Amino acid sequence: MSAVVEQVPVDLARQREVAAALHAFLPASAVLFDHEDVKPYECDGLSAYRQVPMVVAMPETEQQVCRILRTCHEMRVPVVARGAGTGLSGGALPLGNGVLLSLSRFMRILELDPRSRTARVQPGVRNLAISDAAAPHGLYYAPDPSSQLACSIGGNVAENSGGVHCLKYGLTVHNILALRVVTIEGETVEIGSQALDAAGFDLLALMTGSEGLLGVVTEVTVKLLPKPEHAQVVMAAFDDVEKAGNAVANVIAAGIIPSGMEMMDQAATRAVEDFVHAGYRTDVASILLCESDGTKEEVADEIRRVQAVMEKSGAVTTQVSRDDAERLRFWAGRKAAFPAVGSISPDYYCMDGTIPRKQLGPVLRAITEMEKKHGLRCANVFHAGDGNLHPLILYDANQPDELSRTEAFGAEILELCLKMGGTITGEHGVGVEKINQMCLQFRTAELETFHGIKRAFDEHELLNPGKAVPTLHRCAEFGRMHVHAGQQKFPDLPRF
Amino acid sequence: MQEIIENLSRTIREAAAAKRSLCIRGGGTKDFYGNAIHGDKLDTAGYRGIIAYEPTELVITARAGTPLVEIEAALREKGQMLAFEPPHFGPAATLGGCIAAGLSGPRRAYAGAARDFVLGVRLIDGKGGDLRFGGQVMKNVAGYDVSRLVTGSLGTLGLLTEVSLKVLPVPASETTLHLKRTEAEAVAAMNEWAGKPLPITATAFRDGDLGVRLSGAGSAVEAAANKLGGTVVDPAQAGRFWAGIREQTDPFFAGDAPLWRLSVKPTTPPLGLSGTQLIEWSGALRWLISGADTKSIRDAASRAGGHATLFRGADKSVGAFQPLAPALMKLHRNLKRTFDPAGIFNPGRLYPDL
Repeated sequence: MSAVVEQVPVDLARQREVAAALHAFLPASAVLFDHEDVKPYECDGLSAYRQVPMVVAMPETEQQVCRILRTCHEMRVPVVARGAGTGLSGGALPLGNGVLLSLSRFMRILELDPRSRTARVQPGVRNLAISDAAAPHGLYYAPDPSSQLACSIGGNVAENSGGVHCLKYGLTVHNILALRVVTIEGETVEIGSQALDAAGFDLLALMTGSEGLLGVVTEVTVKLLPKPEHAQVVMAAFDDVEKAGNAVANVIAAGIIPSGMEMMDQAATRAVEDFVHAGYRTDVASILLCESDGTKEEVADEIRRVQAVMEKSGAVTTQVSRDDAERLRFWAGRKAAFPAVGSISPDYYCMDGTIPRKQLGPVLRAITEMEKKHGLRCANVFHAGDGNLHPLILYDANQPDELSRTEAFGAEILELCLKMGGTITGEHGVGVEKINQMCLQFRTAELETFHGIKRAFDEHELLNPGKAVPTLHRCAEFGRMHVHAGQQKFPDLPRF
Repeated sequence: MQEIIENLSRTIREAAAAKRSLCIRGGGTKDFYGNAIHGDKLDTAGYRGIIAYEPTELVITARAGTPLVEIEAALREKGQMLAFEPPHFGPAATLGGCIAAGLSGPRRAYAGAARDFVLGVRLIDGKGGDLRFGGQVMKNVAGYDVSRLVTGSLGTLGLLTEVSLKVLPVPASETTLHLKRTEAEAVAAMNEWAGKPLPITATAFRDGDLGVRLSGAGSAVEAAANKLGGTVVDPAQAGRFWAGIREQTDPFFAGDAPLWRLSVKPTTPPLGLSGTQLIEWSGALRWLISGADTKSIRDAASRAGGHATLFRGADKSVGAFQPLAPALMKLHRNLKRTFDPAGIFNPGRLYPDL
């Protein structure tokens, strides 16, 4: 881990200087620097990496954000923006020589227009709060990351968050219309529009998923969708993961786009069943949840077809949710998969690769082999509809060397995803966590383009530096380590 | 095929060294779109063919010079389609041109735009670099989203060589309804319907006539048709009607008068501009044939939360696209410099100084 993040001691003189500059226009309560005040910000959802920030700034207005950024730009102080801090890749990990810009006070829904099906919200608004506010109008905000109760929309934009319904309803990038962004120079830019497109380059797409490296979002206009009239879930059990994987392909081949399609392996279902009693079979290799939504007629039709496909694909049993309570119970298990795994292991490490769906069988088999090799257990949950795999590696941080073995295990899974034609991150972002694997996914010229894009927005590289895109120097170092490990340690291992 | 990439790359490097402008061109069906074209023609038509198509993965990857008709035929064979219904504007239209123009058809407001379906691209930048961004999977957040950035950039950032797209199944059933409405009533109705779970996949309003297309499971289409009312249009006639809107072969688009494309907030009340008008996308897209002055049209679009493009017109001296705010333009210039430091790709086609 120390190879990824080096802890930086805070320079107290510099801290005083920066805090004083911010105090010139911010109230004392909005500038934190005492150790006990800034300590709660030392990590985000990826708690394995920690760093106490030099200063925490908590603005309440866009004008204050502009002044903070202008000040930091003038003083050449790096800035890390943070929403709810639920991110899983260390994207909001602070810098010991930088300002942590907390947007937690930007909590207002500024406008909700049911006629045009849009909401204009501040970045600190929680994902689920948008759907709650839209519910009286029969509308909702579609992307539903599992952390939707806590995560904020600004963070969703930074990470291009997905959820369990994105095969049908898309990711954040498909569900927003406009952003107000403050550049590092303190200038406000309007990106996107209230229409379905905007003139010029698609900067809305570029900003989405840019992990806080290009600007600070102060307003988001999201699209709201009509709530489907009805939804039902088929739960199918398989005695073989490959059969379950084929069932997923067969559903798609039948011309069906389910609103959600989720798979869990036995390790995951056992943990979940003990934790929330969702009614999952624990004696099978995997279970598949497939949801259909739409009008009552449409759902009845589709559920019948899905059930037939599952049976034809070799499901041991299939069960259709009889009412909404049962449907939600089926989902409760899937949505509780991470905490459930957390309950059976002192620690777990969540990976986030995407693979072409047809590679699921080989990838799961390879992960089983890796469990033996690294001496660690792994539970797998899978957004089967869009190929996004979340292996959860179980470990105990108090055991010497377990975290480093976990990291090696995780890195090997990501590299396998790449070899299978996939990607190192489907929805959690690169952050600091997967910065080395970026060197494997992209070549020098592509990384140079990324750095060029960064400089087009932020010439002095002050916004969230060190995240998302590795320096060429880092890749050169990592490349040497990587080849070295491959040659020295496991010369006889087959490569996938 | 790699040889073609290397040749294109060499041509680009030489042009960059000589600061010689290049005009990227596939089938030439969208030459009319954007500002006037300058530079030596850089032809992509030779780099063609479908590289991979896996129906159960919902992904197709093809070379930029592949004719769009070839891609759509391959998809149709497996019961799938490009859900953004790209306009071809001629039989020679290529995939590269489709993505570089970034235009979408009648289904756009309901299924998403070209950019929403782009999963990955391979491109040659202004330094001759052969680069890949995105991939062939649905979810991918590694690196900046260059694939969507270049979609609709009219070739000003690089030469697209390969594109991966998400595809969707063709709906099992389809019905088009015809209703009589005033413009204000039509805009109100389309927005009201869009807020309800109805399987609407296209709308078009012109001169008192409102067309609504419903697609999906037979049962859902039937139930929705009963809810909306109106008269059912003969399927063959409906097919021709929507194709006419998508390809602009409908009589509305005939003639040489300037055609404006106003992309606005969907609930925008009647714009009250002179000329004839066709409304799509539940009110979010308004085609206007008008001799009105540029300023009044662009101001009306701005007031409606959007922008106006001079889509077709003999005189593009006013600029095809709505001017950008200075801070936004600065970002555009910086990005252009990153991808195309010598400024050789399609200069001026999007904005005079890009």
